[in-house]
Amino acid sequence: MRKRKLAGIFMSLMVAAGVIAGCSESSSGGGGGSDKGGEIKIGANLELSGGVASYGQSIKEGIDLALDEINKDGIDGKKVKLVTFDNKSEAPEAINGATKLISQDKVSAIIGSATSGNTKAQVEIAQSNNIPLLTPTGTAADVTVKGGKLNDYVFRTCFIDPFQGTVAAQFAAKDLKVKTAAIFIDSSSDYSKGLADSFKEKFAKEGGKIISEEAYVAKDTDFHSQLTNIKGKNPDFVFIPGYYEEVGLIVKQAREVGITVPLMGADGWDSPTLVDLAGKDALNNTFITNHYSSGDDDAKVQEFVKAFKAKYKDKSPDAFNALGYDSAYFLADAIKRAGSSDPKKIQKALAETDGLELITGVMKLDKNHNPIKAAVILEYKNGEQQFKTKVNP
Amino acid sequence: MEQFIQQLVNGISLGSIYALIALGYTMVYGIVKLINFAHGDVFMVGAFIGFYSITFLHLGFFPALLISMAACALFGVLIERIAYKPLRNATRIAALITAIGVSLFIEYGTIYIRGAQPEAYPNNVVPLKSIELFGVKISGQSILILAVSIFLMIVLQFVVHKTKIGKAMRAVSHDQDAAKLMGINVNNTISATFAIGSALAGAAGVIFGMYYTKIEPLMGIIPGLKAFVAAVLGGIGIIPGAMVGGLLLGVIEALVSALGGSLWRDAVAFIVLILILIFRPAGLFGKNVREKV
Repeated sequence: MRKRKLAGIFMSLMVAAGVIAGCSESSSGGGGGSDKGGEIKIGANLELSGGVASYGQSIKEGIDLALDEINKDGIDGKKVKLVTFDNKSEAPEAINGATKLISQDKVSAIIGSATSGNTKAQVEIAQSNNIPLLTPTGTAADVTVKGGKLNDYVFRTCFIDPFQGTVAAQFAAKDLKVKTAAIFIDSSSDYSKGLADSFKEKFAKEGGKIISEEAYVAKDTDFHSQLTNIKGKNPDFVFIPGYYEEVGLIVKQAREVGITVPLMGADGWDSPTLVDLAGKDALNNTFITNHYSSGDDDAKVQEFVKAFKAKYKDKSPDAFNALGYDSAYFLADAIKRAGSSDPKKIQKALAETDGLELITGVMKLDKNHNPIKAAVILEYKNGEQQFKTKVNP
Repeated sequence: MEQFIQQLVNGISLGSIYALIALGYTMVYGIVKLINFAHGDVFMVGAFIGFYSITFLHLGFFPALLISMAACALFGVLIERIAYKPLRNATRIAALITAIGVSLFIEYGTIYIRGAQPEAYPNNVVPLKSIELFGVKISGQSILILAVSIFLMIVLQFVVHKTKIGKAMRAVSHDQDAAKLMGINVNNTISATFAIGSALAGAAGVIFGMYYTKIEPLMGIIPGLKAFVAAVLGGIGIIPGAMVGGLLLGVIEALVSALGGSLWRDAVAFIVLILILIFRPAGLFGKNVREKV
């Protein structure tokens, strides 16, 4: 116990030292953002190895493709140079990365990280050094807002979690025309509860009725009892905002107990493992909301898919690729409008973004720096995701 | 009413898996007075052996079940010989702590070898249709689980009561020293007990994988604990007690969920354990033996 305490004190000292070092160096360097030799430096603090390496790598692929295109002409003649840092999927490393990118590399802005946790770790450093921090995929609501106060240097390219609940409710009520719904949530996950709350609110507004609410805890494997309860209420629709490891089993068991109505979830379902767990047949008549689909027939999306496939050996871009790509364009657009590589001017330009056309929708920021843009609905058919429709908020 | 029967069926399916694991706990406890905490992990290893037999060797459900049972029997004997036998005359607590150590070793050894990611049992192993009985939908898999479990339990009863090795097991569990004096090979008998118990856990692993699809290296912990509760519920060391305890626990859990307390399910399982320990320390089937002072 004592050892742990000592280690804790030591750790916090280390972190504090890092932050102080970062502050002092950057202040002597004049707030970062040098544009030596006609180039603009931006940092990427991403999960290139470790637990969620696939997220970071996908984002990096998207950014690289976007920068190839942007650097053909440059921004007002200046080329954008990317400085990459691998945070090994760990929050302490993400802090180190932010400090290094700001104080040593003197970047004008940082893109990263993929997860909300690793992004939140860098928020303090970005705020105190006045460097814009843009997360491509950090969807937790409290990344940009802390204790009711806006983190004015923090931005994101993706929509936030609760928005998906709203979109799902709208789709259920308007497109599937269901009247009653059941909700089955993971009571140990804020993500799941957040989505369920916004679903309930919107579904009630559309005139629907929630007739059954059941819950489970992550890592459970037996859901038959709760699903039998849901079946007893005979809902037209079941909303299951969870992660694929449990959802795979839930979908399978739901079909086993005889629930045949449409099931719906959100981006937490989006994994090939889901198909293995649930089975192709059980997944028919299920829907998810997501940031983007490569099957979207929008011309801009198809152009992106073509360019991406040309660069990465015919690989079909996923949502992380698209959001990485969009993050680079989002930032490039702000730098262009700011007309400078000064981080403060870039911050102002980012906050004023309105009507920027991106792959994942037309971008407009609300007062909490959360994008308001379209979500796509995908349907599973024989284990394949198929683009169903696009829902605008 | 239909819903109630449906929940009962859910509970019995879950309970028969608990019962199969609980049998191993109870047999080992009966014979060497050791709570083998590594038993839940033998169950996990069984699930993985079954999985690899089905996916890599392209075997059907029954061959995979048999391979898994055989491999787990061997594995159980190996654990006993390496970890528990040297401690047979040591204090009970030393053996118990070793059991916990073996459990962690198997869990994290598996993660080291193949990683922590979950695996999904193929869906088409047993192409059984579900049937409708009085408006209750019973999946073919539930019926298969129940059939296999009951079959294995009957075989076990036969082995314990009608064969020579069963007689030896009962003798050793009654009095080890006296059994030795009667010319019973105690070491072999204990190995046989571990082999049978572990084979049942292996079977439970394959059945679990088929029914719930997802298997992962830490999947043995919770079912292992639940099975332990089931064994204590029925009276640890008593074979019919483990069966009844397992089924009862499964049904209790299903009914708790049915009444809307799905988040309380695990808590209720352990509350049952506490109540049993307070009011009937020897379990439902146990005889209250007064210790002589």
